[in-house]
Amino acid sequence: MKRHIVGLIVGFLAVAPSWAASGEAILQERCVQCHDLTGPAPTTLEGLWARKGPDLFYAGVKYKPEWMERWLQNPTRIRPAGMFYGNHVRTGPDGQDVIDTASLVEHPRLSAAEAKAVTRALMAKKDAPAPVEKGAYQPGRISLRMGELMFDKFKGCLACHQIEPDYGGLSGPEVYTVTERLQEDFLVAYLRDPHAFDPKIFMPNKKLKDRDIQKFIHYFRALAKEVKP
Amino acid sequence: MNAAQRLLAAATLAWLAAPALAQPSGEDLYRTYCAQCHGLQGNGKGINVRDMSVQPRDHTDSKYMAGRTDEELRTAIVEGGQALSKSVLMPPWGSVLEPQEVDALVAYLRKLCDCQHGRP
Repeated sequence: MKRHIVGLIVGFLAVAPSWAASGEAILQERCVQCHDLTGPAPTTLEGLWARKGPDLFYAGVKYKPEWMERWLQNPTRIRPAGMFYGNHVRTGPDGQDVIDTASLVEHPRLSAAEAKAVTRALMAKKDAPAPVEKGAYQPGRISLRMGELMFDKFKGCLACHQIEPDYGGLSGPEVYTVTERLQEDFLVAYLRDPHAFDPKIFMPNKKLKDRDIQKFIHYFRALAKEVKP
Repeated sequence: MNAAQRLLAAATLAWLAAPALAQPSGEDLYRTYCAQCHGLQGNGKGINVRDMSVQPRDHTDSKYMAGRTDEELRTAIVEGGQALSKSVLMPPWGSVLEPQEVDALVAYLRKLCDCQHGRP
């Protein structure tokens, strides 16, 4: 009997690492076709255009695990015009560009167990191209009105980003869910210099002051509470 | 200069020109950074325009574009609209574009408008 118990324990220990690794196995089998798991980020326009999903090699310092696990089970579109809008836009008969929705691909849905395992594997990936300082974001408040003024009128970010469903630009990711998705400390680093993370990305570096970066993130957090997609 | 020297000079020139050849075209740069607002056709009708308070410039408008010097176009691209007292919605692209890429974009703008400064 004792031998059986020892055998069971040994067997369990032998299997445990493969359980832990199963998230990585799913990533390697089903995610690597569209996501870069090793880096570096594209350094040419061709590389940028070919990217089908966000780079994941620093997912552990970028995404919030609770959001990731939830989203993988029920994925929604975050970038209205896809990863690179140029691949999903056509010019209509009136000369106005429109999104070619038929060209957009839905993200696969994962089971609860798969989502948990993949999230765990992703959170271990922390090889960020630029430093993400822990505690860089200091929680604070800003009124929605003031935040929107900054985002739209003072800095012009609304041109490319939506601040509520169906309001704002379409080439960038929606910002009304950004603090549900991304770690605030990562946002501080990314907004300071987007090209340090993604050298060719079609987001400009607006040379924001640190004080304004903090205010933007206060605004995004207020927005996430206010706007429920 | 003998034949061998000429060959060496040609090879050196080709080597020096190689990085310039590898650089993206003005059209490719435009499609990546500008078309989101100015449109794939350069007509100011990109996918982002619907909710903008100021509409993006129509780069095929030869009359307007002929009124801008190449230096003004360069400043708008590198430093953004505000550097020329224009809209904040035109952002600065100086952090992502090399100087020769900015030149390629200016040349592409001149192709879109089929114009030069002072000559619509």
